[in-house]
Formats: sequence, C-alpha cells, structure tokens
Amino acid sequence: MSALVELFNYDFFQKAFLAAVFASISCGIIGGYIVSRRIVFISGGITHASFGGIGLAFLLGFNPLLGAVLFAVAAAMGIQFFTKVAEIREDSSIAIWWSLGMALGIIFVFMTPGYTPNLMSYLFGNILTVTNSELWWMLSLNVVIIGFFVLFFSKILYIAFDEEFARTAGLPVNLFNYLIIILIALTVVLNIRVVGIILILSLLTIPQASANLFTKDFKKLLILSSVFAFIGTISGLFISYFLDIPSGAAIIFTLVIMFGILRIGKSFV
Amino acid sequence: MEQLLKIENLTFGYDKQPVLENVNLEVHEKDFLGVIGPNGGGKTTLLKVILGLVKPDKGKVTFSEDLHKRKQPIGYLPQVRYIDRKFPITVLDVVLSGAIMQNKRRSKAEIKATAEKLLDDMGLLSISRKAIGELSGGQMQRVFLCRALISDPKLLILDEPDTFVDNRFEGELYEKLLQLNKEIAIILVSHDVGTISSHVKTIACVNKHLHYHPSNQISEEQLESYNCPIQVISHGQIPHTVLKHHH
Repeated sequence: MSALVELFNYDFFQKAFLAAVFASISCGIIGGYIVSRRIVFISGGITHASFGGIGLAFLLGFNPLLGAVLFAVAAAMGIQFFTKVAEIREDSSIAIWWSLGMALGIIFVFMTPGYTPNLMSYLFGNILTVTNSELWWMLSLNVVIIGFFVLFFSKILYIAFDEEFARTAGLPVNLFNYLIIILIALTVVLNIRVVGIILILSLLTIPQASANLFTKDFKKLLILSSVFAFIGTISGLFISYFLDIPSGAAIIFTLVIMFGILRIGKSFV
Repeated sequence: MEQLLKIENLTFGYDKQPVLENVNLEVHEKDFLGVIGPNGGGKTTLLKVILGLVKPDKGKVTFSEDLHKRKQPIGYLPQVRYIDRKFPITVLDVVLSGAIMQNKRRSKAEIKATAEKLLDDMGLLSISRKAIGELSGGQMQRVFLCRALISDPKLLILDEPDTFVDNRFEGELYEKLLQLNKEIAIILVSHDVGTISSHVKTIACVNKHLHYHPSNQISEEQLESYNCPIQVISHGQIPHTVLKHHH
C-alpha cells in the first residue's frame, strides 16, 4: 500500500492521475451520449481520421494535437456532409473518412525526414508522459463539456432520444448536433494521449456498457460511466506501472475485465 | 368553426419524384380527420409537411393566428416502430420532453404535475420511473400520447396509433380521442379504414393526390374512384362500417 502512496510523490504520476480524472469525466459523458445515440461508428471514423492531422503536424513541425483537432473536426463535418448533402450511405461515408485520414497520416509520416519517436504514443497512448499544457487543455474541455451538459441537459436528452419530435417542438436540432459532434471530436483528440487513437473508442464505450447494466436513466448513465471509466483508468495505470506494461493497453484490459465481472455478477444477483 | 390550417396546391417529392401532388386541405377547429391511403401513398409525408419537418416544393401551408402564436401548437404521436427502445430514458422524461419549449411559460413543478396527471389518466403513473424499453407496445403508445398532450395542443396528429395496440386498449384509445375531440382537432393516419370510419368525422384519401371526403361513411367504389386502394380490415368489438369485399 505504501508503494501506492509513494507513487503520488512523483510528478509524472500526479500528472497521470489528473489525466485519468479528466479523461474519465469527458469520455464518460461524451461516450454515454455516443452509445445512447448509437453513433459509436461515427466516433470511430472521427478518431482514426485524426491520425492524418498528426502525420501532417509531424511533417510540418507543429503541435500534433492541433493537427488532430483539425482533421477530427473536418472528418466530423465531412461525414455529415457526405451523408446529408451528397446522400452517400452513412456507414460508407464513415469508412471513407476513416481510411482517408489514416492513409494521409501514413503518407505524411513517411515523408517526414528522420525518425518520429512519439508516433507510438499517439497511436497507443502513454498517460505517463502527459504534459502540463495538455492537462490544461483537458481541464478546459471538461469545463466546457460539463457546462454544456448541465445547461442544456433536457434539450440534449430529448434531441438524442427522438430527433424528429424535437424538430416538431421547435428545438434547434441541427445546431445541437453540430455542437455535439465538435465536442466528440475534441474529446477524442484531447484524450488521444491517454489511450491512443487505436484504443480511444474503448473509453467511450466500455464504461458505458458497464453503467448500462445498472441504470436506464440517461443522467445516471453519464455519471456512472465517468465513475467506471475512472476506476478502470486508475487501476490500469497501477497495473501498467507495477507490471511494466504499456498504460493504454493496461487501461483497456482493466475496463474489459471489469465489464466482464460486472456482467457475470449481475446474472447471479 | 375557425380554420386551423390550410394547405394550398402543395407538391412535394423526394429526388424529383412527386410523393404529393397538388394537394389542398383545410383543417378546422374540432375536426376529426382520418387520413387513409396505400403504403407509400404519401400519408406520412403529408404529416411531415404539416409538422414543418419538410418544406414543400410548391404550394404553401398556413396556420391560423392562434395556432401560430403557440409555442407548441401541434401534438404529435409518431409511429412507435421508429423509437429506439434501448435508449436510456425514463417514461416520465419522455412525457416531459413534450413540454420542452414551454419552460418559460410554466414552472418545472407545474409541468411535472401535468405529466403525472396525464400518466395517471392513462394508468401509467406506477411505471413512470421505468425505462421506456421495459414497456409493452400499447403502454409505449400511451406514453407517447401523453407526450403529445402535455403541451396542451390545439391540434393532435397521430401516425398509425393502432399499429401496436392490443384490442382492449384500442377501444380505450378511441374513446380517449373522442373525448379530446370535444376541445381539439385531430388528424389520424391509419391503414385501417374500418376503425377510421367508425370514429372520425371526415376522411382524406391520400395517394399522391388528396381526395377529401366530407363524411365518415366511405364505400369501396368511392375509394376506387379516389384511386385509393387500401386493405379493409374489420374488427369484431368495435362498431364499424361494413364495406364490400375486395376482389
């Protein structure tokens, strides 16, 4: 136990702990929305497309997270545009943006002279190397997400549940949809450092699946998802440290095991 | 009777294929209009135009002053088959969602009290905390009727409310509608002409064109002359017009 407490004396661990808290809240809430609305696949497309931006940033030498944000938002808008305006089937639009982003990322990284040492940490995450400025960005995102959901909770819920009815009631459905898709893009990108592009979808879906075992109430689902995300992330962090295995993978593994235990446990209660 | 809405020379289509062509319709206070027609004939599209969900290609829809001023003038009950039953939302929240644009005019407590009163009337108060997915089709339909009514609408629009309803509730539903019709106008879409003609006051046959029939008695010949072939379903317990058999 003292070994655990001692860990908190390390600067890198304090940062990792804060990153875990911020990631859990943002992914818990946004993931709860994504799962309820069944837009997990769209979120996957946005996430993977952001790799193109990371590649471009490596090539041109600017902040990779900025590149990722640009590509994620572009993909989010692109998917909407392809589906609504160009009338391409939604799953096909998603696949096009998903693979286009990845392809561009690979091309850009290949064109980048020399070795790109951080590439792995963007693909698979490394919560132990999160920087101060990234933590500030994560904190800001949490404030925005919590503020948005607290202020507009009923409207978000009603639009998510029955978009058509919300339109007949006169709610600005399109505006909300665009705002939330941007929040999804930002959540994905700012949490890339925690579990990486390849694995971020897990933080948006597995804690929510666990939470959904215990509640069918939207508000409680969002809160409980954040709690489960935190338990999984922090346990994964310890496991990763003591077993010396990659943190992103350890976190996902913990989340899945936790879901399995809860699911099986529920059958016996 | 005051006119609530008027549709003039309406044409609407998807991909330039007209679904509705040159449609005219007036709905007055306390009307009870049954809308019938074959599947794909444009019934639901007509509702969407009235609800403002799609914009007509040609023609216009005008609402009365009174209807226009209200925040939520039209109560709408969609087809429950399009509802995501796994969505994490409680029965009470579904009903409350019907009053979403009224939070400036009524207090939260007042809206909640209205919701509970409506649920109580439908015999659903004891399950108001349940998730929507735990309900039977008939119960769900009643919950959505509560949602449509909480905004105190002048006009109620129901899209095939009898699809999932058990026979027992079907009678109750139409009784409820007749009662509501003393105060508000109702537009009811159904594929079941038998049920329709025993409850509504007037009928509109929609099959690309709209034929207005100013009574609730409609014969097969008339339906054919309106180019409006529909399945005739008869129900034992409910009084209905007996129509000739299909060939």
